[in-house]
Amino acid sequence: MPKITFIENSGNKKTIDIEKGLSVMEGAIQNNIPGIDADCGGSMACATCHVYVEEKWIDKIPKAEEAEVDMVDMAYEPKKNSRLSCQIIIVDELDGLVVTTPEKQT
Amino acid sequence: MIKTDVVIIGAGPVGLFAVHQLGIKGLKVEVIDNLDKAGGQCIELYPEKPIYDIPAIPECTGKELTNNLLKQISPFQTNFHYNERVDEVTQDKEYWIVKTNKKKTFIASSIIIAGGVGSFEPRKLALKEADKFEGKSVFYSVKNKDMFENKSISIFGGGDSALDWALELSKTSKITLLHRRNEFRGAPHTLSEIRKLEEKGKVLIKTPCQLTSIDGDKNIKSIEIKYENGKIEKIETDIILSFFGLVMKLGPIAEWGLNMNKKTILVNTNNFQTNKAGIFAVGDICTYPGKLKLILSGFHEVALASVECFKRARPNEKYRFEFTTSSKNIHERLGLEKKDD
Repeated sequence: MPKITFIENSGNKKTIDIEKGLSVMEGAIQNNIPGIDADCGGSMACATCHVYVEEKWIDKIPKAEEAEVDMVDMAYEPKKNSRLSCQIIIVDELDGLVVTTPEKQT
Repeated sequence: MIKTDVVIIGAGPVGLFAVHQLGIKGLKVEVIDNLDKAGGQCIELYPEKPIYDIPAIPECTGKELTNNLLKQISPFQTNFHYNERVDEVTQDKEYWIVKTNKKKTFIASSIIIAGGVGSFEPRKLALKEADKFEGKSVFYSVKNKDMFENKSISIFGGGDSALDWALELSKTSKITLLHRRNEFRGAPHTLSEIRKLEEKGKVLIKTPCQLTSIDGDKNIKSIEIKYENGKIEKIETDIILSFFGLVMKLGPIAEWGLNMNKKTILVNTNNFQTNKAGIFAVGDICTYPGKLKLILSGFHEVALASVECFKRARPNEKYRFEFTTSSKNIHERLGLEKKDD
């Protein structure tokens, strides 16, 4: 299973296995990763599963749809490498992906 | 003090269907919601998105679902208390006392919490110094337009609220519209109106940039923004208006002594009662083994909870299960008795 690393704002790191086909958000919720709220449950309506994707992985993830980019506007402190983790679906190519969670989600 | 049988917290789809299920059983209800209208997430987050899994309704939007539910409960003439948040829940023998942030007090034998993921509140600016100016020179909504006349106003956001208020307030004030990227997602027509004002020099548009600091003592004097390329700019500003949508906050619910699992309330699946007799939780806010956060699950949950609410409100009457197709009582409550011949 692809391994995904979450780095908290405080610097704490945790690497988990996420089954292919699940979203990074779903993997985070199932593994109690702190810093991911996912209030709307993945319907792209809340921007509380916001993560910063490590630079070298950005181009390996399919580009965000317009609706996601619009939603990122609502996130806490969005940056250029901001994504909604509910929209990042795990595939083999993302084995090793590193994302950082923001200081808070709301 | 308002005396009723059941206080429903939350006017989303499940809260509205609670009105129906309690109404056909002849119970009196009062509904409280922090938003200014019914519909909850359906209206606030996805009014135009189609929903495909409401039984017997192949496709409907959040707005249509809400309007249909409101129509379905119209015979019950329910009191809705909008723009109010329940702050306190206390027990008085077999009754519950509910107090809102607007100092209204309710007394009821049951409370149904249909609160979704909590109450909707405006998303605040990330910058910490914004807090001390909130309500004086930092605002997240426009309640009284007079306060915004003849001012230098910096408006943050890229959606309809930001664009609409930039347009409206530009009639009397100097407006700077700021957004983190070049594209705005508001209505194209509003945007083209704003672009015209920009050409005339009546509105300044600054993108892609973010707020980095606020300068001022009692009132704001200026703000500093940082562009994506690192350039920093100072802007004279009296007022900041920020429109980054709404967030859902669980809020005071966490302090009512209910057994919780993260942001959800634990219930049993016989009647969706919490660990406190007479307090029920239904819809997205409740959890139990196998829980699915679907609107249809909430409808089922509230149907069962309403039976227990009846027993608590009418302890001396026997509950009789009735079908809406055949019950004369229900037809009377729905205002159909004349068609009953």
